[in-house]
Amino acid sequence: MQINPTNAKMWARFGSRATYGQAILALAEHCENLVVMSADLGNSSGLDRFKSGYPEKFVNVGIAEQNLVGVAAGIAKEGFVVFASSFAPFISMRASEQIRMNLGYMGANVKAVAIGSGLSMGFLGNSHFGIEDAAVMRAIPGITVVSPADCSEIVKTVFAAARFDGPMYIRLTGGPGNPAVYLDDYDFEIGKAVRLRSGSDVTFVACGTMVYESIKAAEILAEKGLSVGVVNMHTIKPLDEEILSELFNSTRLLVTVEEHSVIGGLGSAVAEFKAGVKVAPPQLIIGLPDYFGKTGEYDFMKERYGLLGSAIAERVLRTVSTL
Amino acid sequence: MKRSVDEIKALARRMRKHILDISFACNGSAHLGGGMSIVEIMAVLYGAVLRLNPAEPEWEDRDRFILSKGHGVLGYYPALLEAGFFGKEIFDSFKKNDSDLIAHPVMNLKLGIESSNGSLGHGLSLGVGLAWAARRKKRRHRIFVLLGDGECNEGSVWEAAMSASHYELGNLVAIVDYNKLQSDGASDRILNSDGLPDKWRAFRWNTIEVDGHNVEQLLSALSVSGDSGMPTAVIAHTVKGKGVSFMENNNEWHHNRLTKSFYDQALSEVMS
Repeated sequence: MQINPTNAKMWARFGSRATYGQAILALAEHCENLVVMSADLGNSSGLDRFKSGYPEKFVNVGIAEQNLVGVAAGIAKEGFVVFASSFAPFISMRASEQIRMNLGYMGANVKAVAIGSGLSMGFLGNSHFGIEDAAVMRAIPGITVVSPADCSEIVKTVFAAARFDGPMYIRLTGGPGNPAVYLDDYDFEIGKAVRLRSGSDVTFVACGTMVYESIKAAEILAEKGLSVGVVNMHTIKPLDEEILSELFNSTRLLVTVEEHSVIGGLGSAVAEFKAGVKVAPPQLIIGLPDYFGKTGEYDFMKERYGLLGSAIAERVLRTVSTL
Repeated sequence: MKRSVDEIKALARRMRKHILDISFACNGSAHLGGGMSIVEIMAVLYGAVLRLNPAEPEWEDRDRFILSKGHGVLGYYPALLEAGFFGKEIFDSFKKNDSDLIAHPVMNLKLGIESSNGSLGHGLSLGVGLAWAARRKKRRHRIFVLLGDGECNEGSVWEAAMSASHYELGNLVAIVDYNKLQSDGASDRILNSDGLPDKWRAFRWNTIEVDGHNVEQLLSALSVSGDSGMPTAVIAHTVKGKGVSFMENNNEWHHNRLTKSFYDQALSEVMS
């Protein structure tokens, strides 16, 4: 799948789920031993065309996420590349121990895909939000956790995941109208963060939809005279420690931004690494608060929790003034 | 590795001795009750039913066996030893620090162990996946999953059971060690397990009830061709602690330590 401005804008319009489905459909032509699974959310995962095009490679286990992961592991053990998707809390927590036993302990080559993570489920509410999934998945030994920045990166991630021999949790944030970070092709490597801009005052380290919002915040802050960098830390585990070490020596304030609880996600991962470093800048952890609040539309939720570029910029300015 | 009924009975007797030996040698508690109850099942599987090649443990067409009731290792490791997957030195390392053979199976294909277990309710889903994949690859091997009746409390077992019949996985065999006792006591008092065979039938499995210590019945029930459109459930009525009078149906021996005097008494009963 070619990443170019036309495609990137089209995917951005379709949104994360539809792009995931498109990527899987394209992958089927390249990956002979592909099996795609769902727990009765195939259509919601953008997989309707894959289902009709490759019925022999599609397994729907019904509304049974625990079985989804166990069956996926059995199929993967026989040499297939398995992508299994469900909504974020269902696959990461309903089937958490199945992921631990099969993907973690036994290393089954399953790509567990969380559809609609973060707040993107909007009015469906907290039952459907993925706000702790990265924390839970990150704590399981052996699981690589990837949170693509935009739809182009979802395509990149799906193809990279198929080549990657090992279990993975792919966390899709963003709804339809998911703004594009990338319009042109770029080098994507699991575990290798991408520096999108450099700056010596403030550097954002973000993942998922918050990469785009961090760029917006960086633009606002740059207009106010600050030198601001942005790093797309698409892989939350393993963390790209090399780029972080560089940042520790080159920026005055580190700001992690994620559409995830401030407990246990990217911010925590960066802080854990930073704790063992002799000299490092202070870190502002921006993410979702540690409670279940009332819910509304996706954009409303992002605004409420201060996850839009303008609110992020304001918070950073307040912090910078205290340094 | 086809053996006669008498040879399988002799194998079962040797396996019980192995169980007592490593339980005593490990100098700690072990899951004796549920290990003893599956001895004939394991002897029939490894002595006659499973198509395996210990010299080539990764042989692609081997039958797959999953010990979903992972705490049943005392009935499993002796079967692997007797089948030749490893020697006495490895066998005797049971529950020694850093051993490959601990109180639950740890995936190690070189030793003939297909999967890691210990948490109940996982093995049947894995088996469904293995069976689906075998059919997709047009392979003729079969998948056997051994569960406990207590394990059938886990909802995930029934998710897997539903999907196996939905996908018409005739190459999948679930064996339930129906010993009617679980960790906290009698199964029917903890969570009604009456009608367990009917439950499997209702989930559209070809369900066969056998005496789980009767080698002839097990041989007949477990000799599944894999060609039918229905998965097979073998509900094996067993006695927890089978073979040692003071362990039989005595749940104190669910997980217990074999002292020297108990070991001597048990050994004499098993060898008589």
